[in-house]
Amino acid sequence: MAKLSKEEVKHVAHLARLAITDEEAEKFADQLGKITVFAEQLNELDTTNVEPTSHVLSIVNVMREDVAVKGLDRDVMMLNVKEQENGQVKVPPILED
Amino acid sequence: MNFETVIGLEVHVELKTESKIFSPSPNHFGAEPNTNTSVIDLGYPGVLPVLNKNVVDFAIKASLALNMKINQHTKFDRKNYFYPDNPKAYQISQFDKPIGYDGWIEIEVPGTEGQEGYTKKIGITRLHMEEDAGKLTHGDGYSLVDFNRQGTPLVEIVSEPDIRTPAEAYAYLEKIKSIIQYTGVSDVRMEEGSLRCDANISIRPYGQEEFGTKTELKNLNSFNFVRRGLEHEEVRQAEVLMSGGVIEQETRRFDEKTGKTILMRVKEGTDDYRYFPEPDLVNLVIDDEWLERVRQSIPELPDARKKRYVEELGLTEYDASVLVVNKPISDFFDGMVNAGADVKLSANWLMGDVSAYLNAEQIEIGQTKLTAENLAGMVKLISDGTISSKIAKKVFTELVQNGGDANEIVKAKGLVQISDASVLVPIITKILDNNPQSIEDFKNGKDRAIGFLVGQIMKETKGQANPPMVNKILLEEINKR
Repeated sequence: MAKLSKEEVKHVAHLARLAITDEEAEKFADQLGKITVFAEQLNELDTTNVEPTSHVLSIVNVMREDVAVKGLDRDVMMLNVKEQENGQVKVPPILED
Repeated sequence: MNFETVIGLEVHVELKTESKIFSPSPNHFGAEPNTNTSVIDLGYPGVLPVLNKNVVDFAIKASLALNMKINQHTKFDRKNYFYPDNPKAYQISQFDKPIGYDGWIEIEVPGTEGQEGYTKKIGITRLHMEEDAGKLTHGDGYSLVDFNRQGTPLVEIVSEPDIRTPAEAYAYLEKIKSIIQYTGVSDVRMEEGSLRCDANISIRPYGQEEFGTKTELKNLNSFNFVRRGLEHEEVRQAEVLMSGGVIEQETRRFDEKTGKTILMRVKEGTDDYRYFPEPDLVNLVIDDEWLERVRQSIPELPDARKKRYVEELGLTEYDASVLVVNKPISDFFDGMVNAGADVKLSANWLMGDVSAYLNAEQIEIGQTKLTAENLAGMVKLISDGTISSKIAKKVFTELVQNGGDANEIVKAKGLVQISDASVLVPIITKILDNNPQSIEDFKNGKDRAIGFLVGQIMKETKGQANPPMVNKILLEEINKR
């Protein structure tokens, strides 16, 4: 795969909630295209019989016992909240899609 | 044209652990908003999730109870999306290696007019672990978020598209709920959101191999709504196709008021979620020993219990299925039988008066004053003739509301059945003396006159007369005249 289309770039930008201009989309399409071509070199390696790696560390099963600890004080939690109402966080309307 | 309906269900079940899946915040339903959160749930920079061991136990337990295989080498994945109910902007879930896969359950579809009931095997594709999101409430011009539910452990159970009718979907949900309830890993209360269901439905002409385009139904807040939503959707899809239209792959919301499904949005593809292995959690390896330990902890499940009721206790298939569906009721029944109560009478009371009372009051059996022992005591009084079934209803009302001992209630209230002929004869004689016309009517062939006389006797004895005795003595006394 060579260059990405401007539409693909815009789609990815939307998924990441990034507002980009048409010129930027053009520029990024070129740059991202080059990056994917670079990464595609990995496909030259023969990975038959190689287990996919999902984690680089060799440790497994890091777990904790099921013990509950009292939650954050709500007043402390609300320090980072812009607007609240009746102990709930107030956010812009989420339309019923 | 006739269409065949194809349904697949996704069921989310909240696990009843003490703490959340990746943080130690309390996992309790019904707390004050935003009081059960931690910096991990709220997605603060630099925090790390740590897996709750009990969640894995519960997920294995549920998987095994649903006859699934276990992925002993498994992992978590990150599903990315922006929505205010999830402060991290991603949900930790499982993508390509769900903990459980390839299972099945047997459902019992009740008969309807013109069609007999049947059983059917429904395949289960996968069961995976994930975290729940916060709860949104929509106001006028804004929305409110309560993050208490954020991080609540969930398992999502995905069925194969083996379901063919809304009635089968209902039976499938009942069975899933019942099995999960028996394992004890969840409260499975739909009204509290600890069991939720989304439905995928498509239709195809009979005989066609490939599936039609499916739609997804959401906002199905009861098993009845699932059935009604599906019933509406299969008709809607047929109408679209018959009028030359096409079905779009979309998400539709069931409207409880109108019973219709309404378009919510055209569905996004999985690619947009950009799943990738969760870098903050290491892989999970479940060894044979661990698996075996969980397998040993699985109690008797509904199918096995039903078999026991039929084969060992002699209940009918129907009675046995009704009793085992709800674990608290079934446990209660076992308790009554262990306390020495008659099997059939116990079953009848639980399926009859007890169920009617629980439905009317919208409560569960544990919330009443009934115990297996006190109800068994009452049933024993019916069996040995101390009280009639009619009087038992009075005793039952007392037991269910105030508790106590059936024997003592009967004594205290003077409810003992009158079976003594020396007591009954004078009463019956008196009634006959007062109603010569009825005797005349009976002798002229009007059988109904007997009913009237029995009624009078029952009234006189406040319902305590032993009915078979009354009938016997009454006929003897009439024939003497």
